[in-house]
Parts: sequence; structure tokens; C-alpha cells
Amino acid sequence: MSRKFQVLLLALTLTFVGLFIVWYKVSVLGIPFLPHEKSSVYKVGAEISFEGKNKAVLVSMAMPQAQDGIQILSEDVASSGFGYAKAQMEDGKRAEWSKRTVTGPQIIYYSLEVMIEPGEYNPKPPIESSEQKSESLSDLPSTLSNTAKILLDDVRSRSADTHSFAAQLIQEFSDKSPSQAAKILIAQGGETKIDILYRLLRYRHISVRKIHGLYLESARRNIALTPMLDVYDGEKWQLYDLNKGKVTRDKNFFIWKQGGGSLLDVTGAKKSNIRFSINERQVPVQYLLDKKELLDKAAILDFSLFTLPVSEQNAYQHILLVPFGALVVVLLRVLIGLRTSGTFMPILIALAFMETTLFAGLIMFIVIVGIGLVIRSYLSSLNLLLVARISAVMIVVIMIMSFMSILSFKLGIKEVMTITFFPMIILAWTIERMSILWEEEGPKEVFIQGGGSLIVAVFAYFVMSDPFVSHTAFNFPELLLVVLAVIILLGRYSGYRLSELIRFKSMVD
Amino acid sequence: MFANPFKLKKLGILGMNKRNIQYIGGENDRKYYPLVDNKLKTKVVAENADIAVPKLLATIERQSQLRKLQDILAPYDKFVIKPAQGSAGKGILVIVKREGDTFFKPNGQRLELRDIHRDISNILSGLYSLGGKPDVAMIEELVEFDPIFERYSYEGVPDIRVIIYKGYPAMAMLRCSTKESDGKANLHQGAVGVGIDMASGKALFAVQHDDPVIKHPDTGYDFSELEIPHWEKMLTLSASCYEVTHLGYLGVDIVLDKNLGPLILELNARPGLAIQIANRTGALKRFDMIDKRSDNADITERVTFSMNHFGAQ
Repeated sequence: MSRKFQVLLLALTLTFVGLFIVWYKVSVLGIPFLPHEKSSVYKVGAEISFEGKNKAVLVSMAMPQAQDGIQILSEDVASSGFGYAKAQMEDGKRAEWSKRTVTGPQIIYYSLEVMIEPGEYNPKPPIESSEQKSESLSDLPSTLSNTAKILLDDVRSRSADTHSFAAQLIQEFSDKSPSQAAKILIAQGGETKIDILYRLLRYRHISVRKIHGLYLESARRNIALTPMLDVYDGEKWQLYDLNKGKVTRDKNFFIWKQGGGSLLDVTGAKKSNIRFSINERQVPVQYLLDKKELLDKAAILDFSLFTLPVSEQNAYQHILLVPFGALVVVLLRVLIGLRTSGTFMPILIALAFMETTLFAGLIMFIVIVGIGLVIRSYLSSLNLLLVARISAVMIVVIMIMSFMSILSFKLGIKEVMTITFFPMIILAWTIERMSILWEEEGPKEVFIQGGGSLIVAVFAYFVMSDPFVSHTAFNFPELLLVVLAVIILLGRYSGYRLSELIRFKSMVD
Repeated sequence: MFANPFKLKKLGILGMNKRNIQYIGGENDRKYYPLVDNKLKTKVVAENADIAVPKLLATIERQSQLRKLQDILAPYDKFVIKPAQGSAGKGILVIVKREGDTFFKPNGQRLELRDIHRDISNILSGLYSLGGKPDVAMIEELVEFDPIFERYSYEGVPDIRVIIYKGYPAMAMLRCSTKESDGKANLHQGAVGVGIDMASGKALFAVQHDDPVIKHPDTGYDFSELEIPHWEKMLTLSASCYEVTHLGYLGVDIVLDKNLGPLILELNARPGLAIQIANRTGALKRFDMIDKRSDNADITERVTFSMNHFGAQ
């Protein structure tokens, strides 16, 4: 079998298998091929980590309740070796995991699929609970309780009603400019900010609830719950963010925990921690309705990326785009004949552009490489060894990046803060290569290769940031087989490059 | 602006993709690459096979040897320093004259001993080698190039590139340095490429930056009067590199020394395509003719075949 035939056969097989799975998923399972005609589903994941001490471990986590406007579609638990049960306690439902002996680091995943219900958002007013415990400040040392009382009186004199009182009090405790009294209470009271505020408000007999929740946004990793206070003045409830102050009740605010109970209790282990991640996915309404049934009947989805924990799914949304970037690089190099500095450097730059936005990214890239080249030309006169020189350039790159971040923050240009997404080692190597190119072949070659790299990066950016491409790449990862087939075929393309049609033009005339 | 690709194909012009897949990938076994990519190894193998090369004066392998640089250079007034694994002429330093500890480049630029020290240190740390691998610096005897080429070269040694396909000389060109190319014989840096008639060694056409030229841009001499001496000897010398390297698609760079005659300067496992423009001929027709020949012809037979069949007439 000739090599050419093998390549053709391999490419055809890969394409066929890839397209067949896509066809099956679209026409039999009803997953939409196009990114429209569907609604958002958010996968909210909690990742509980702790370290066992060779003892029995009991983990208890507050579970979210059903709430207005947001529907919980399904829940999923991944905790190998742990017994799992739900418990109804007086302050809400709790999920409980247990195991006789636990050693070493452990991770428990708990995730929910939720959907924001379509239509107008009209939250029903929460039922007022009249039997809230009154708080006294007597357990505080007298100096502290005096400080608290003076603060409360001071705030009261500056407010008109219950809501303005609450707003003023929360303002005193804000992160940016806490008042002197608030600082003392936080530092010496031994309680979290939300607990202190709750006690102070209750001391004034104001109806208030503690709320912890998450804003449903796409692709958030490793975040904590946002604490809020819900204050009732006898007529209406108002939500307060501890840092932003008064906020409106948002449709996409998902309440994880209400009331005083703790979010996470771990007994028998140390270093316990809980982090959350959110991942948005587009699915058709039909798919939503019978998802459960679908998962049972389609073994193919059992092996899909949807079964991974949410934070890994988010990572794959980026990783799965890289092959499409590689396809652009292969196309532009093999068919067009563009020269780039470093084969896959343009893909990494394009990935950075996706975080920085294209225009800001281009400018930052040119500025960093430009300043880097100037500094590198000085370093070259110092006559350093190669490894030391590249490390020096890398440090300079990091300094330029941090300086640009600080400067832009002062000037109020937020876009530049995303500069951290540029891979600095790649930047350092790019500067090194360009600078050698400049010394040996002159500035012209630097502009050809640097420009070539940027053109490829911009093309890769447009392909990778296309909503259709990112939708299909994540929902139909089997398309990678087709990309693979195309790249293998291009790898055997022995025809002329577009640049050669220009280069050899004089031979035809 | 664009040439018709079918016309190019009809002329038998070899493109970059076909070169990479069919000729470099198909004819050159990767295990033989180190032999040509490392000039030190090339030199040893060539000397063992009685192929003429410039004499090796010294090698510097470690930074610590640089302390004795003055002693190493003491006996020599003119020499060439090059990285053993450099590519495209990078990192080559030519010294033509010496006054005490002051050295002179061909363009008259003065260098102190510490400048040479720095250049060698760069070579050793891998600045010029592929992938930045640590490298070895070679100090070679300076080729006293034949005055016959003096008119066609600006501050540099012109060399002759011969493409050897399966042991047959397939195409040749003379590469003349210019002011623009900074004394280097690299076409993409602005050196002039002159296509050479395989039968006679006479100049055919000249190109600079892929465009035809008639005279040397700096010296003003007409290329049509150029004829390379020892032509058959040169072809024989370059064809003999096939047996040594086992590479089916090979570029051989030759210089002409006033006293020693043709010397092999460098071998290249990935020779470029500009030679076709300098000859105004596609390489594929010649390669196809060679493909039809039997594999076990000896060097003389191969050179005779090439001279008879690839001439201009």
C-alpha cells in the first residue's frame, strides 16, 4: 500500500467517523448543530477539598433550595469512597458525606445544573419571619460594645429610615474605606463581616437575613460565594452587597444558602476549603426536558466532556479551540507560505487575544516586543550567556507587563489589565529570536516574520473566537477527527504555495 | 502578479512543499543529517574520503578554553571562525589581517582579542545553532580565493552551490556577495546568484532578490564573461560527496582556492530553491531524468551524464 493511499484512507476514515458521530448527535439525540435556538444552562459546581488525618470524616454542606426564577434541573455528586446522604435540618437541607478513615488530600465534587426561567422576573416577597432572635452585644468586651453602640448612634443620626440606616451601616464596613470603628470591630470582634453586621442590625431590631449566592455568568472558576444581607423595613425587602451597597435583586443571582447555618462543616480533617465554579452551556429546550432520559439511553454521552467536573469543562472549552488555531497555522504556512517566528507562537498569542480583545491585545503585544527589543539590544552588548540573557529578557518582560498594568490602572484603562494573559516565556523567546534576526538579516526580515506571526495570530483569533466554532468545538469534540484528517491531508500537499507563484513569476514571463 | 501554477508545473519547477515531502523527506534519511549539520563531522568524514576541504587549525569546545585564546591564535595571521552547527552562514567571522592583537575583517573593521573572545563565547553557548544547542567553534584556514572571481564579489568569498541528486550533479550556481549582503553569499540577504551551464561551467543568467541582473551591482562587471575553471573537477568533487553522506538530495558548497583548487566548504541537507531562478530552469525535469538511471553508476559516469545532458544547448 503506497504511502499516499494510506494517508488518503486514514483521512477518509477519520472524517467519516467524525461526521457520523456528529450526524448521530444532531439527528438522533437532538443536540443543535448551530449555536442559536436554545437557552442557557449553568452548571454550578462546588469543589470541597480537605486533608484526612487518618480519622473518620464527616462533611456537611448547605444545599441550595428551590427558588423563584431559577430552576434546578439536576444534581450530581462525585465522591469516590464516601457515603452520601441528604439531611433536612432546621436551617435547610444539607448534603452529608462520611467515611470511616481518610488519609491524604481529598476532593468532593457536587454540582447542579440550573436554568434561569424565561420570562419576566417577579420575585415573590419572602415570608417575613417574626420570630427572629434578638441580639445583645453583651458578650463583647465593654470597650467593643461601646464602640459598636457609638457607631450605631452615629449612623442613626445620619439616616432617615431603616433602609438608609442599613445602607449607611454597610457603607461603614465597605472594603475600600472602612471607618475607624468598623476596623476595630472587624479586627477584635473575632467574627466575619457579615456576622458583625447581622448582629448590629439585629441589635437595632431590624429584620435581616444572611444570604450567600453566586452570579450565574459564563466560565468562572475558583470563586467564593458572594455574601449579601437582605433587610426588611416592614414593607419591602432590600438586598445589600457588603461591598457595593444596595443592589437590585438580579435574575441571575443564585442563592446557595440562606440564614445562619454554616456553609461547610468538616470534622476529622484539616485544611478544608470550598470553591465554586460556573460554566454556561447552550442547549435546546427539548434537550433540557428529557436530559435524564437521554443520558440513560445514549452511551455516547456517558463519555462526553459534559460528564467532567465544571472547572475541567471550562478548561476544555479553551483547549478544544487550539486544534482550530493549529489548522489556521498549517493552512497559512503550507498553502499561502507565510513565514512566522516560531511555529505555534501565533496560537498562544491568539489565545491571549481572546482574553484581551483583539485591538488592545495587538497594541500591547507590539509595545512589549518593541520595548523588549530595545532592552535586548543593550543586553547583547553586555555579552551574556544565552540562558542568562533569555532569563533577563523574561524578567524585563514581566516588569514591562506589571508597569503597564499599574500605569493603565492609574489612568483608568481597564483593558490593559488583561495583559497578564500573554505567555511571558513565549514573549521572551519571541524578543530573543526577533533580535537575532534583526542583527543578522536586518529589520526587513523582522517585519516579514513578525508581521507574518501577527497575521496568523489574528486569523487564528478570528477562527477561535467565532461563536459557531467554539460552540461546535465543545459540543462536538469528535470534529477534532475531521480537523486531524484535514491537517494530515495538508501535510501531504506537494503543490505550490501562493507565495511561490509570486516568487517564480519571473520564470514564466 | 501571480504565475499560473500549471505553467510552473509544466516547466518542472520544484516548490517548497514538494521539496520537503518528496526530496528531503523521501531521499534524505534523517540519521545522516548530523553528518552534514555538524561541519566538524563533515570535515572529518571528507578528509577520510580524500575530499579536499579547508584545513582545520583548532577547535574550541568549552568556555574555559577561551582563556588560552591568545595562545591558540598566536601562530595565525588570517583565519575563519565558524560554529560547527551554524546554518545559513550565521556566526562566521573572517579575519584577513593581523597587527599584534588587533584583527581585521575583510571590510577593514578592526577587532580586538576580546571581540573575538565574545564571538566565540556566543558560538559555544549555542546562539547560532539550531534550537540553541551548545556548540563548538572551529578555526579554519582562510581560503585564498582565486582572483578570477575578484571582479564578481564584494568583500567576500564567492562560492559555488551544486545540487547533487542521487549522486548526479543536477544544477549549479555561483553565489556572489554584494555590499547589500554584507559580504555574505546568501541569496535572501541580497547576494547575486549566477546560473552555471552544467556542460561548460559558463555563466548563464544572474539574479538578485529573484530578479534578473546583468552586471554585479557593486563592481559593475558583466556576468556573461564569467567562466568557472576546473569545472569537471568541481563536479567530480561535489558528486563524490554522495557516497560519503548517503543523502539523495544534497547541496554542496565549493570554494576555489588560488593554490589548492576546489575545496568543499559546507554540505547542506536542505538546499533551497533559488538555484532554479538563477538557471531559469525547473529542477524536476532533471531529477526525473536521473530517476530513470540505474543506481550503481560510478562518479565519472554520473558526472559525464550530467555534463552531456544538462548543458545549456
